[in-house]
Amino acid sequence: MSKRARALFLGLLSPAILLLVVGGASAEDAAWNLNMPRGVTEVSQAAYDIHMIMIWVCTVIGVLVFGFMFYIMFAHRKSRGVTAANFHENLTVEILWTIVPALILIVMAVPATTALLKVYDTENPDIDIKVTGYQWKWQYEYIGEGVKFMSELRTSQDEQYGRAPKGEHYLREVTQPLVIPANKKVRFLITGNDVIHSWWVPDFAVKRDAIPGLFTAAWAKTDQPGVYVGACTELCGKDHSRMPVVVEVKEEAEYDAWLAGKKEEAVIYQSTIGKEWTNQELLAKGEAVYAVSCAGCHQAAGEGIPGVFPALVGSSIVTGPVEGHIGILINGVAGSAMQSFADQLSEVDIAAVIHYKRNSWGNDMGDIVQPVDVLNYKQNQ
Amino acid sequence: MAHGPSENFFSRWLFSTNHKDIGTLYLWFSFAMFLLGGAFAMVIRAELFQPGMQLIKPEFFNQMTTMHGLVMVFGAIMPAFVGLANWMIPMMIGAPDMALPRMNNLSFWILPFAFAILVSTLFMEGGGPNFGWTFYAPLSTTYAPDTVNYFIFGVHIMGASSIMGSINIIATVMNMRAPGMTYMKMPLFVWTWVITAFLLVAVMPVLAGAVTMMLMDINFGTSFFDAAGGGDPVLFQHVFWFFGHPEVYIIILPAFGVVSQIIPTFSRKPLFGYSSMVYATASIAFLSFIVWAHHMFTVGMPIAGELYFMYATMLIAVPTGVKVFNWVTTMYKGALTFETPMLFSIAFVILFTFGGFTGMMLSIAAADTQYHDTYFVVAHFHYVMVAGAVFSGTAAVYYWLPKWCGRMYDETMGKLQFWIAFIAFNITFMPQHFLGLAGMPRRYSDYGLQFADWNMVSSIGAFMYGGAQLLFLYNVIRTIGWGKPISDPKVWEGAEGLEWTLPTPAPFHTFSTPPVVK
Ligand code: HEM
Ligand SMILES: [Cu+2]
Repeated sequence: MSKRARALFLGLLSPAILLLVVGGASAEDAAWNLNMPRGVTEVSQAAYDIHMIMIWVCTVIGVLVFGFMFYIMFAHRKSRGVTAANFHENLTVEILWTIVPALILIVMAVPATTALLKVYDTENPDIDIKVTGYQWKWQYEYIGEGVKFMSELRTSQDEQYGRAPKGEHYLREVTQPLVIPANKKVRFLITGNDVIHSWWVPDFAVKRDAIPGLFTAAWAKTDQPGVYVGACTELCGKDHSRMPVVVEVKEEAEYDAWLAGKKEEAVIYQSTIGKEWTNQELLAKGEAVYAVSCAGCHQAAGEGIPGVFPALVGSSIVTGPVEGHIGILINGVAGSAMQSFADQLSEVDIAAVIHYKRNSWGNDMGDIVQPVDVLNYKQNQ
Repeated sequence: MAHGPSENFFSRWLFSTNHKDIGTLYLWFSFAMFLLGGAFAMVIRAELFQPGMQLIKPEFFNQMTTMHGLVMVFGAIMPAFVGLANWMIPMMIGAPDMALPRMNNLSFWILPFAFAILVSTLFMEGGGPNFGWTFYAPLSTTYAPDTVNYFIFGVHIMGASSIMGSINIIATVMNMRAPGMTYMKMPLFVWTWVITAFLLVAVMPVLAGAVTMMLMDINFGTSFFDAAGGGDPVLFQHVFWFFGHPEVYIIILPAFGVVSQIIPTFSRKPLFGYSSMVYATASIAFLSFIVWAHHMFTVGMPIAGELYFMYATMLIAVPTGVKVFNWVTTMYKGALTFETPMLFSIAFVILFTFGGFTGMMLSIAAADTQYHDTYFVVAHFHYVMVAGAVFSGTAAVYYWLPKWCGRMYDETMGKLQFWIAFIAFNITFMPQHFLGLAGMPRRYSDYGLQFADWNMVSSIGAFMYGGAQLLFLYNVIRTIGWGKPISDPKVWEGAEGLEWTLPTPAPFHTFSTPPVVK
């Protein structure tokens, strides 16, 4: 038995020892990796530190408790001819082993609280980026910069299904990474478009659920340019494992140049939607958009459901100034089912559906709403 | 009065109101579910053996992870302990049977239907549930396959079964204790089960509420969990975990009870700190109601909420520690032998404590930002649920099987199973800690090349662990059919308690006249 006991002891402890010996390597080269990356932000380092404190505390307790157990298993075996004692109560030790762990916990609560305060320190960012989870890709929007794009997996089906050799960055490569500057406090405002996703970058210790209808916030500030890979961590359907997060941290000047390039692209896009649309074109397009995005609540002929969803026929907003109507589509109505369509529909779609509503079911405004109007509205916000 | 079981096979098992027969039914059902859930796990580990999709499609992978979790939690572990309760509680408190024998029959017999419904969805159009055993909305509502309605129905039936089973246990323990069997004399297994039963009665209706709200959202146009309709997807998680956290203690408390019976027996020494064990169990049960949102540290709660749930969760370590210390002290200065039940119980104490350590790490919200929804969490809950609940269930079977059937199992085979299970378990789940820390999220059907090595190790361990269960099945069948007959009422030298005063094998009816406990 003693040999077994010793083998058991070593078998149990060896992983813990390994875990301690191997320090925090970067998440980059993680084969046979054992521990959490230390990461490159204040928050990730705080998370790492408290993680290591906990490992040490647990190791010490574990060595004491398991060590004592193994001693008992060795020394108090019947086969060694011992007779069992009969004690079964001792108030002092009971109190002791209630109080002492409680004290240890109180002590540990201090660094745990400080670390958490750092996680939540999302005030006063230099840059705000909106992150939206879609099935199965991410959208990044640089708030106030007019730059917005989708970031999708680039690994081919052939690689995934074994018809082609797997590349070095298998499942960790995207069409366009998120780019952020070094040495700036970047705040991520995270939300979901369909189901719940979760946006995780281990090297930043940023993990926040992307919940439809809600925003969660997280932040990162690092002085180390580089590429950091993360993942979606909330089950979101079949391609949950195929929507990696890739963040590229650039030096400030490089970042500025990159952003300027992106803005230019956006301007080119805007000029294509700047064309004049006719009444007929807008009505046809608007009807289709209405059926998909609006009719579920406001009903097919804009009659609404009394007390729940307002009617659009004769509505003061629909028949009021265009501005107000665009505004409600762009911003939604907080705390109600009326969501913001700013991201779900293009400027063309929004203009068309508004035009359709203003000129259907007896509403007869007779004016024309152009995509540029929507665009202007957005830009003036 | 002293009539035996019905001669007719069907009427004996279908219409049984005998606590022992119903206990047997529960145990066999749970073992069948254990093998089925295990088969799902083998599919998962086979697909994850290497990066890339080799065997199944991602959609089916998600169905496998979901069904594995549901079948193991609701089909394998919970019924196993209800089976043990049925067999042992009347024998331990000196009662002739359960208080409500007909309801006992019903609560078992609706279970196979629940699982038939649940499992049949795998063969339906759209496939089975694919949203994880925690079935977060809106993935499980707006975006779910149509078969989700069967899933909801199945969950309702399981809930009804659990509630009936619990009421029965509560009624039995409150009303049918032998004269002199005061509450503070009850064996710990009975105590842990009564507390568990109260937990079940309290939280199963909450689960039923959650799935009913889902049903309404899906079919009747409500928006409990749909932000677009003014609802809140996070509400689902609060409701689910208000059930879900007590649920994890529902799983582990009876296991605590089993181990508290076995360790004294093979230490030949009474349980140390009986009353503190009772109080610790009760405080764990109480705390389990007020910590649920530690599963939601990343949903963006206000910091005050996050801090509260962190502190409350850390507190659980205190009564849990008390239990561990009491077990160890029970062994201290005993005269230990290491029969199979004892081996599983000692492994339970060690590995469960290990799972408690990772639990403490997870309770630190800032660190949990890194751990949450990775393989680290998967490793944590398999340490507490497999090495905890399943090991203790296995220990219980080896411990009481000789009493039940009057035949001794083969000790060598039992130990062989233990060592394979113990080693394989650690090969499977220890590396999952590393995978999680290195950044591999859970419920992933495919992964980057940096995770390939540990995943392969984990899969190999899983296949070994699966093999050990076939050995378990073989050992049990061999014991029942061909084991060495025994007739010593005590079976184990150090066994104490009313159940060991009964003849071996335990007759069909026991304690028809109540014993008197001094
Ligand atoms: C010292 C005691 C324990 C503590 C402090 C603890 C803490 C935690 C925490 C904080 C989480 C959430 C991790 C995350 O999702 O990020 C968690 C997950 C979990 N724990 Fe524990 N735990 C303890 C014991 C147990 C026990 C006894 C069981 C069951 C037998 C258990 C079963 C689970 C399960 C099933 C999950 C994952 C649920 C899921 O997301 O699927 N835990 N635990
Ligand atoms: Cu919990």
